[in-house]
Amino acid sequence: MIRDLWYTLVEFFRTFGAFQLFFLRLLTNSPSILLHRFNLVVKQVYNAGALSLVIIMVCGLFVGGVLGLQGYSSLSKFNAEDSVGTFAAFSLVKELGPVITALLFSGRAGTALASEIGLMKATDQLSAMEMMAIDPLRRVLVPRFLGGVISMPLLAVVFSTIGLFGAHLVGVNMLGVDAGAFWSQMQTTLEPKDIYEGIFKSFVFGVVASLFAVWEGYNAIPTAEGVGRATTRTVVISAISVLILDFMITAVFM
Amino acid sequence: MQQTRAVEVGTGLFVALGMAAIFFLTTQTAGSNNFSGADSFSVTARFDNVGSLKDKAPVSMSGVTIGRVTSVVFDPASLDAVVTFVIDSQYDRIPEDSDASILTSGLLGSQYIGLQAGGSEFSLEEGSEIQFTQSAIVIENLISKYLFNNDSDDESE
Repeated sequence: MIRDLWYTLVEFFRTFGAFQLFFLRLLTNSPSILLHRFNLVVKQVYNAGALSLVIIMVCGLFVGGVLGLQGYSSLSKFNAEDSVGTFAAFSLVKELGPVITALLFSGRAGTALASEIGLMKATDQLSAMEMMAIDPLRRVLVPRFLGGVISMPLLAVVFSTIGLFGAHLVGVNMLGVDAGAFWSQMQTTLEPKDIYEGIFKSFVFGVVASLFAVWEGYNAIPTAEGVGRATTRTVVISAISVLILDFMITAVFM
Repeated sequence: MQQTRAVEVGTGLFVALGMAAIFFLTTQTAGSNNFSGADSFSVTARFDNVGSLKDKAPVSMSGVTIGRVTSVVFDPASLDAVVTFVIDSQYDRIPEDSDASILTSGLLGSQYIGLQAGGSEFSLEEGSEIQFTQSAIVIENLISKYLFNNDSDDESE
């Protein structure tokens, strides 16, 4: 009983340590891949970023529209409908943009990464690479990790921008808020600092979501069930850590 | 070959779109409040009470923003608050004896400095100090003054 507990504890720290070392290896190998094998990274930016654009843009439009509706209905109780723009911009740029993009990203791109790498492992492609003296970490994992890290901030700003247009569409065109007030109130309240905070957040979320996807895929049990489980764990862990980190970063920036 | 080309075009479009979005957000949504502060002169004013005036609060004249507060500090020697603000140098014809008051935009809005033109021939310039100032209105003081006046009215009657 105590031995079991001890074993579990040791196993927990082993996984934790292995994860740190894995992250460190990804980071140390990143610069050389960026410099010498940039075409591999481009391919992954395409997979993780460009292919996620549709879902990001559609969701952004509708999240912005909801903010327009909700903002209007609650702000009109205080006769402050003109602040709908400020409300939508603050929510989108600082919170919803980075967070929802990260959740969608881990659902759309993270799962694809995890299952792809898991399946490569299950079909012994990674072992085959090692036989040919190619480090699968450099050839397969690092480009995918970097692709995710580069794509996430870009996706988040696209999300926020489209969301603002969604809010404009609902607030100004449907509900009749004055367009001038919508933008000018936003411009007087929102500071460049807020936008940098949003971009910083999305960068951190990009690192976290891609890291977990790559890690889970690489450590998947090489069976059909194992790959499936790894995919699920990717989404669950990414979502939890993104939301916890969001809270922490917001608290620090306050 | 054809496929890598499609990938590269797609990636290029995606990154360009992202850059365009960053550009839009930084330039269109976060305004510089139509005052750049690039070419300006600084002026000081002393207030008994600055209320909740903060750095970067606008300085306006006739409702137009012409400058920005750069610092609000307490002067222990004269026991009042020294507010330093910069005014865009295109407004170099503001009379020296203009008065500065701390106003509130809207009922719950933030505080700003309003300048009221005086009649002097000399203009404000770098380093000059505004002599006539009016402190922020503190709601609590107003209420207590009101109550106090009522009391004294009762006593006198």
